[in-house]
Amino acid sequence: MSIEIEHVHKQFGTFAALNDVSLTIPSGELVALLGPSGSGKTTLLRIIAGLESSDGGRILFNGTDTTESHVRERKVGFVFQHYALFRHMTVFENVAFGLRVRPRATRPSNSEIKAKVTELLRLVQLEVLAERYPAQLSGGQRQRIALARALAVEPQVLLLDEPFGALDAQVRAELRRWLRKLHDEIHITSVFVTHDQEEALEVADRIVVMNKGKIEQSGTPDQVYEHPANPFVLNFLGDVNLFHGRILQANGHVDTGENAVSYVRSHDIEIERTPLDSTALQAVVKHIQKLGPSVRVTLDIAGNNDFVEAELTRDVFHNLGLQHGERVYVRPRQVRVFVEDYQI
Amino acid sequence: MIQRKKHNNVLPGFGPSLGFTIFYLSVIVLIPLSALVFRAAGLTWGEFIDTVTAPRVLASYKVTFGSAIIAACINSVFGVIVAWVLVRYRFPGRRIVDALVDLPFALPTAVAGITLATIYSPNGWIGKILEPHGIKIAFTPLGIILAMTFIGLPFVVRTVQPVIEEIEVELEEAAVCLGANRLQTILRVIVPLLLPSVITGFALSFARGVGEYGSIIFIAGNMPMVSEITPLLIITKLEQFDYRGATAIACVMLLASFSMLLVINLLQRWTRRFAE
Repeated sequence: MSIEIEHVHKQFGTFAALNDVSLTIPSGELVALLGPSGSGKTTLLRIIAGLESSDGGRILFNGTDTTESHVRERKVGFVFQHYALFRHMTVFENVAFGLRVRPRATRPSNSEIKAKVTELLRLVQLEVLAERYPAQLSGGQRQRIALARALAVEPQVLLLDEPFGALDAQVRAELRRWLRKLHDEIHITSVFVTHDQEEALEVADRIVVMNKGKIEQSGTPDQVYEHPANPFVLNFLGDVNLFHGRILQANGHVDTGENAVSYVRSHDIEIERTPLDSTALQAVVKHIQKLGPSVRVTLDIAGNNDFVEAELTRDVFHNLGLQHGERVYVRPRQVRVFVEDYQI
Repeated sequence: MIQRKKHNNVLPGFGPSLGFTIFYLSVIVLIPLSALVFRAAGLTWGEFIDTVTAPRVLASYKVTFGSAIIAACINSVFGVIVAWVLVRYRFPGRRIVDALVDLPFALPTAVAGITLATIYSPNGWIGKILEPHGIKIAFTPLGIILAMTFIGLPFVVRTVQPVIEEIEVELEEAAVCLGANRLQTILRVIVPLLLPSVITGFALSFARGVGEYGSIIFIAGNMPMVSEITPLLIITKLEQFDYRGATAIACVMLLASFSMLLVINLLQRWTRRFAE
């Protein structure tokens, strides 16, 4: 089922949480709403669910206006950051809840409920825990149960609010791979909120980057990573270095002499012993930090006193044999130049 | 289980703290209570049975325990509502209302009794309104229930309040997303989570009601067989220097209260089985 968000606006007192947001989510896609805290991503998700009302604009499910319909009628599955499992019910009863509260006419029989719940528990690979209480489960298991519970009502849309936010790094990585796999199996239109760019890049079909109540860019992970629309998106999707400069040669879009900022991702910076061409900058190695598979080198560009961070693979680092305080040459592999938010 | 390993706890060990607990409970609770039983043992079994099953005494048990149960039920319903409002809503004067709840704890019970009797007597502020409708509260068994409700309210509010604070709004949102209506959300999600604390509050309120003396005697009218509570009967016996009779009745009260509290505690544990 597709979701269309048309000119949605939300105000909390004097703070505009969402400012004229429009977005179309095609049926069956897994979309990430990515942004820093306070960017309005959770508010947007809650408005789609109907847990929050918008101050303006419309939400359409499959072309039908649902703005006025109650949460109960929208048929959305919602997964909360802190699971929100019913702690007085067993895992089985948690998953069965959505079926048991149906009006008598549409309520499945006990044996049908049992079959459905067992099937869902198998889907989330937790059949053996059916009789446990949530307090006896780990965080990752709880979130999988929360997901099974949301799927039990056969929702048209699955909404996940920072679903992996409360889990530790390893479980988080495992669960997001699992979510991707699950989505490939059941193809339900899903929207998940995250502030973790890595998570969005790995899991989503499409990433919607949000900032200050607005959508900065929307596109496939490749599009937003390779062709960021503006410095915010570039900054948010990975570590970047800034070089301030002035346009020497105009290309029609901008004037010569205008101030510009060039952005270089830290893994796009090459370090050399001898300058290959005139674009190389002289620098001094200030700090070396080993981060598992990669090594982060902080360099002081000579004369500028500007610090630049380069990320090298361990192999490259060992081949270079860099030493603290050494003089080297730095060459950016890929540069993006923005003049007041406009990319050249 | 008895702890064998040393230095695995920040606080002083199991031995000294258990020793202290037993000593303390003995001095404060067990010794005075066993003195009571000893005193009553001066009676022969026949005398004891006669004393504690006299019609006037039996009637007083009914009034005392019956009123205390009704008062605890009333408090369990309205106390939960008060606690819910105090936790979930922000309104001007909330802190003052919150402080008012504790007042029955602090007020001398005699003051409470006199005040209630004045207000609810046929010519008092509220009694005046109720009188034409044939409702009499002061100097009737209803007055006993009123006084017990008054002094028991804070127990329910204060035990339920922290539990409501722990119930996340997300639980309600999750229930609604899953298609539950308002009543289903309350009955299937909120009530089961609140129940253990409500039962504790009920037990405390009930126990307080059974033991209450000061406020009730001013409002009850104290008519034998109708509105005479057991504690008053004990005092009456004491005033007549019938110490053995007084302690015999006290023993029955003690036993009845203890067994009821024990049952309530077991019930409370059963409703919390999910937390273990």
